[in-house]
Amino acid sequence: MFGKLTLNSVPWHEPIIMVVFAGIVIGGLAVLSLITWFGKWRYLWDEWLTSVDHKRIGVMYVILAFIMLLRGFSDAIMMRGQQAIAANDAAGYLPPHHYDQVFTAHGVIMIFFMAMPFAIGLMNIVMPLQIGARDVAFPFVNSLSFWLTAGGAILINISLVVGEFAKTGWLAYPPLSELGYSPDVGVDYYIWALQLSGIGTTLSGVNLITTIMKMRARGMNMMRVPVFTWTTLVANVLIVASFPILTATLVLLTLDRYLGFHFFTVDGGGNPMMYINLIWAWGHPEVYILILPAFGIFSEVISTFSGKPLFGYKSMVYATVCIGVLSFLVWVHHFFTMGAGADVNAVFGITTMIISIPTGVKIFNWLFTMYRGKVRLTPPVLWTIGFMITFTIGGMTGVLLAVPGADFQLHNSLFLIAHFHNVIIGGVLFGYLAGFAYWFPKVFGFKLNERWGKASFFCWIVGFYMAFMPLYVLGFMGMTRRINHYDNPDWQPWLIFAACGAVVIAAGIACQLIQLVVSIRDRKALADTTGDPWDGRTLEWSVSSPPPFYNFAEEPEVTELDAYWDTKQRNRKGPAKPYGPIHMPKSTGAGFVLAMLGLVVGFALVWHIWWLAIAGFAITVVGIITHTFSTDRDYDVPAEEVARIEALTAPRPMMEA
Amino acid sequence: MIAKTLRRLFLLSLLPLLAACRFPVLDPKGQVGIEERNLIVTATLLMLIVVIPVIVMTLLFAWRYRDREGHSGYLPNWSHSGKIEFVVWAVPCVIIAILAVITWNSSHDLDPYKPLDHAEEPVNIQVVSLDWKWLFIYPEEGIATVNEIVVPANRPVNFSISSSALMNSFWIPELGGQIYAMAGMETKLHLIADHEGVYDGLSANYSGHGFSDMQFKMRAVTDQAYDAWIDTVHAGHNTLNGDSYQDLARPSTNVEPMFYAQVQPGLFDDIVRNKYMVLGHHVEPRS
Repeated sequence: MFGKLTLNSVPWHEPIIMVVFAGIVIGGLAVLSLITWFGKWRYLWDEWLTSVDHKRIGVMYVILAFIMLLRGFSDAIMMRGQQAIAANDAAGYLPPHHYDQVFTAHGVIMIFFMAMPFAIGLMNIVMPLQIGARDVAFPFVNSLSFWLTAGGAILINISLVVGEFAKTGWLAYPPLSELGYSPDVGVDYYIWALQLSGIGTTLSGVNLITTIMKMRARGMNMMRVPVFTWTTLVANVLIVASFPILTATLVLLTLDRYLGFHFFTVDGGGNPMMYINLIWAWGHPEVYILILPAFGIFSEVISTFSGKPLFGYKSMVYATVCIGVLSFLVWVHHFFTMGAGADVNAVFGITTMIISIPTGVKIFNWLFTMYRGKVRLTPPVLWTIGFMITFTIGGMTGVLLAVPGADFQLHNSLFLIAHFHNVIIGGVLFGYLAGFAYWFPKVFGFKLNERWGKASFFCWIVGFYMAFMPLYVLGFMGMTRRINHYDNPDWQPWLIFAACGAVVIAAGIACQLIQLVVSIRDRKALADTTGDPWDGRTLEWSVSSPPPFYNFAEEPEVTELDAYWDTKQRNRKGPAKPYGPIHMPKSTGAGFVLAMLGLVVGFALVWHIWWLAIAGFAITVVGIITHTFSTDRDYDVPAEEVARIEALTAPRPMMEA
Repeated sequence: MIAKTLRRLFLLSLLPLLAACRFPVLDPKGQVGIEERNLIVTATLLMLIVVIPVIVMTLLFAWRYRDREGHSGYLPNWSHSGKIEFVVWAVPCVIIAILAVITWNSSHDLDPYKPLDHAEEPVNIQVVSLDWKWLFIYPEEGIATVNEIVVPANRPVNFSISSSALMNSFWIPELGGQIYAMAGMETKLHLIADHEGVYDGLSANYSGHGFSDMQFKMRAVTDQAYDAWIDTVHAGHNTLNGDSYQDLARPSTNVEPMFYAQVQPGLFDDIVRNKYMVLGHHVEPRS
């Protein structure tokens, strides 16, 4: 009846997990009762769960990212704590069984359920506004994509309490992830959580590419597209090209584990090296999927707050496209130590280094955007400056790792860990947090408190250097990654120092949360009534904050790169044309329902509850087909309604219609 | 003033910490490791040509052009300069071109498969990563050890590396870079210890439950001491054959060094051919 699932699947004897479990139950009940108490269920369903508005979906992505940041960070600080104390004969407080799950979950959650949702959330919120569109190309698919990602996140968090998570590292290399060596459900949770969210991400990629290609405002040719939208485009092309590789690779691993195939096993003619090649053929583009949107954000931020157009816009666009293409030609650098031979290693080492050329150009372009500008040192700019310094260091260590001869000594050591946190925290996360602070007033109609924002930045950057510079040192000392305990007393002081760094980062996260609370409390004083709080340059600042659900009452027309800046310079007034009706998509619960069915199927497959998996899958397929026949998808907002909403917002310089 | 003194004291207090630490990667004891260290240093210095100006310019520009009373030099529409664009493309291109040449040459010079150019006769050692310990077979001497190897200093060591099942990475940081140990495959690594000493060896690739304790010691000794050690091992009475190998291959952690006086000929090749494939955590010989 319940497959492999029994009451003993819950780790009752693990105090840490049980305390967390109790916390989740109590917190969850509190949230549910509050919603009931304030009678907000209807509101939640109508305005959020069934919404197809790209801004709402974007906000939900970002909320998911923040929740998962807290989860992933808890894993991080547990690891730092373990390594800080588990020296010499001390075993620490996390036995390998638990510790191995923690580091696997940390990687998976931070990449798939923190960074990816954060990126796609920001793209969703900003990109349609930047190109003058009223929604994305496929609003229902957008909702489905989000809920599939959320379903994957829920599934991975269920593994915390029911059963266990993978103990394989975040990429689940076989043969360790094969049934013979990981007979438990951990890897199955990994597979199905990633499949759910991966399908969501692929769909989202198709959606956003179509939106950019087909729905740009009149006059916005590709060389007038804002840089963030450009990076969104390239990142989504990478998604569409690379995520199917991930999906297929996981299907092959699934066949091995569920049906006794031998794709990646060490016996029966299987070959684990194929998995490692395939997973990195997805994995390397993936890191550019994460960093390119961050580059876009930095470009917008630095240009706006320097009061200048971006230096070398065309260089920036070409550099972005170059990076996108090159990202597919470097995957072998993740395993030079596999013994591919000098020619292969050298070629992939050199292609990797070539990526640093367009990346370097970008850094210089940001530098020369500040040059002769009037730089306002707001939190988004602080994140950008922190990024430029930190990422340059991370880039340098990355190129070092790309030299095969050097990599043999640095690979798999804490030097590698320091490197990729250097670029992912210093690049990706700083970028998203800059974007969060930059576009927050656009989405919610009030700015974030600057003092807490700056406090958060300084905690993060100091904490980052404290936590990760020692790891570079430890790499030189020969310490490898994923170690549970060690007997080298030299390492301990550095690990204790790194753990202190993690605590400082925790303070940074706390400041971020306090900033939110304080800003919501002071929202009247921080209100943005103009729609253009930063003296912005692109179209998203031409509408009110928050924008009306249809974004633009009149479809804008674009004649310059920095379209809104240009409008403000010429002080154009909008023609007093009467508003027309606006064609908009209808909310639908289909995305939510289908994705939750997917979650049920995923859970059933993890535990081999075959009847539930088959039934759930059948209902999902029928549901999808039924939904495709639905014609009740759209409606027109009457012109009077548009006029009424527009009258509520202050007059702004209008985009020429 | 006080802050300055405090900072000095803090830095001074760090010095003994640094001096007491061993940095195997930066202070290697073998020719291969030294070349790899030199490569790391060269590449780093080369990149610092760009990295340091970028960091300095970032701080400088942000500070110089910050919005303030008496701000000057603002050019609101300046966003293009052919000269600057040329330089920012050219400088990284030149540095990467130099680095690419270095990479191509060093990848071939430091190819782990390439035998070392050395006058002395090399020692051959076959390595098998087991769950979770290291087996070393000396084919010429017909002996085997677990979690400890002895080699003569100043003679090249040719490692042939495989695995019973899970993937590990064979790494002796003080001597030079690592290579993966994979079941059904044989990888090669050529190292040398320039000096006598005891060097730590470990698995650098996570392989499950007992991974953290998957360490061994390598002792590099004089030729005489090496010969004497071989004789001592020969004098023992353990034999490593298919059966005892399968016993040994069962998962275990924290294994003390073990020695085998005799080894079944061709055992390593049989292991590479998956004759004793370890499927899951059961050992089953294949027909």
